[in-house]
Amino acid sequence: MINNSLKTLSQMLAKKEISSVEMTQTFLNRINQYNPSINAYIALDNAKTLAQAKVADARIAAGNAAPLTGIPFAQKDIFCAKGWQTTCGSKMLANFIAPYDAHVVAQFDAAGAVNLGKTNMDEFAMGSSNETSYFGGVKNPWDFDRVPGGSSGGSAAAVAARLCAAATGTDTGGSIRQPASLCGFTGLKPTYGLVSRYGMIAFASSLDQAGPMAKSAEDCALMLNVMAGFDVRDSTSLNHPKEDYTRGLSQMTGDKPLNGLKIGLPKEFFGDGLDANVAKVVQDAIAEYKKLGAELIEISLPSSHLSIPVYYVLAPAEASSNLSRYDGVRYGHRAAEYSDLNDMYMKSRAEGFGAEVKRRILIGTYVLSAGYYDAYYLKAQQIRRLIADDFVQAFKQCDIIMGPTAPSTAFKAGEKADDPVAMYLQDVYTIATNLAGLPGMSIPAGFSNGLPVGLQLMGNYFDEARMLEVAHAYQQVTDWHLAMPKGIE
Amino acid sequence: MALNITDIKRIAHLARIDISEAEAGATLTKLTGILGLIEQMQAVDTTGIVPMSHSQDLVQRLREDVITAINERELFQANAPVLGNGSAEKAVDGGLYLVPKVID
Repeated sequence: MINNSLKTLSQMLAKKEISSVEMTQTFLNRINQYNPSINAYIALDNAKTLAQAKVADARIAAGNAAPLTGIPFAQKDIFCAKGWQTTCGSKMLANFIAPYDAHVVAQFDAAGAVNLGKTNMDEFAMGSSNETSYFGGVKNPWDFDRVPGGSSGGSAAAVAARLCAAATGTDTGGSIRQPASLCGFTGLKPTYGLVSRYGMIAFASSLDQAGPMAKSAEDCALMLNVMAGFDVRDSTSLNHPKEDYTRGLSQMTGDKPLNGLKIGLPKEFFGDGLDANVAKVVQDAIAEYKKLGAELIEISLPSSHLSIPVYYVLAPAEASSNLSRYDGVRYGHRAAEYSDLNDMYMKSRAEGFGAEVKRRILIGTYVLSAGYYDAYYLKAQQIRRLIADDFVQAFKQCDIIMGPTAPSTAFKAGEKADDPVAMYLQDVYTIATNLAGLPGMSIPAGFSNGLPVGLQLMGNYFDEARMLEVAHAYQQVTDWHLAMPKGIE
Repeated sequence: MALNITDIKRIAHLARIDISEAEAGATLTKLTGILGLIEQMQAVDTTGIVPMSHSQDLVQRLREDVITAINERELFQANAPVLGNGSAEKAVDGGLYLVPKVID
């Protein structure tokens, strides 16, 4: 059961082959067995979870089931869930009980889905290995010596180890896609503004976007149907008409389902810095796409190499502003001893934030400070436009862009923990789409030395349905997405 | 624009983060590395390019001037931090948050 698609799980529930309580208990048992070693979940509340499953069973019995009713999911701990500990991976919020539901959580709740618990993550989503979490690192289920990627590392490990049917994540610079690549599953970052950020703890507000992390493109499509939609409570939520993201999947059959599709391959994504074995797996996947009828076109994203420098100005700048709310006054950590108000702020923040979060706040503060604003912040915003314009030009030549998701497979825990610049380079292929606000995906494309490799798909604005079809077509003729790590069966 | 220890302390003060001498030294090394990465931007001629603050051309929505929020003060104040300075009580009193005195 644990490797079944969401569609199959839904059918099992509909046919009463299993109840939601039994299905949920199966996953809770697995969590009980494997979570102590993997550390994917940082908040569990079995009573609350099983109560939700009971409600779902009643809804199924009453004949009112929606497609995800009764299916157990994991929620990244960046989403507020009423009555649940919601920490964002930080000591700052270690005692915070969310007083309301994030839009994403409310949408899953309305769909009748079951919440298994909150998943571990890099502190305030700042990291690419889950090592900055106050609650400790997460093991990559494919190799316990290695990291799962980040920042959605707990959700990633939970999906890969089948400790949930699927999970939610967020992606500011690659935090859904890079762990999807490192843990071997399907993850999608939607067009900026498609999924409401209400109740999602803010890191860099012009880049943050929530998305599904699941086994297949079909699963992601079903989840996006629930997650996407206009929300008046998020001022950047887009009033885009509701879509059924599964609508074209059934047409991906026959020999050449992708006839006429033009795939752009950015030459900048296949140069220095890309591991040779990863490149081979990605090239093989692209060759498979040619067999499915797609046409391959070399394109150029000439400013994409500037994505990381631009991101490490803009994201910290936005973070330094967003994280100024943690001052020890109304919620979050307050220092035990302080002399005056300023001392209370200074000590509460020094104690509540971890090293990487502090570094980013300091960078953000510096680039926004008097005398440096034009040289850093304004300059970065100008280059951000160049990067976005590259995609506008590219999408005149092709329908979908493909390349590697991450430059390497999962690396060893501790390997890059003390070298921020080396860590930042993990997101070299994913950040450009965040800066442009475009949707991106990572799908399992094979293995290198026993470790998963992801293929990245990038689409034009609101082209999620097309991307999911293109991913689904590949998953109809390959089974990389069904591979499970050894030892967790 | 090389940073020094004084800069780090000044930035940490602006960010209201207490920093020790030893931390300031370690932070200087890390931040210098990150700024080296950022420095790549300076090679690009951006004359005349309109800065992009956001990926979507959005205008701020307006709504009717009606009450939409309900009073949930007790619920929100349940998350108040512990007062500190010897007290294990929550830093709230009569619906207000307690902070050190700022006006004599």
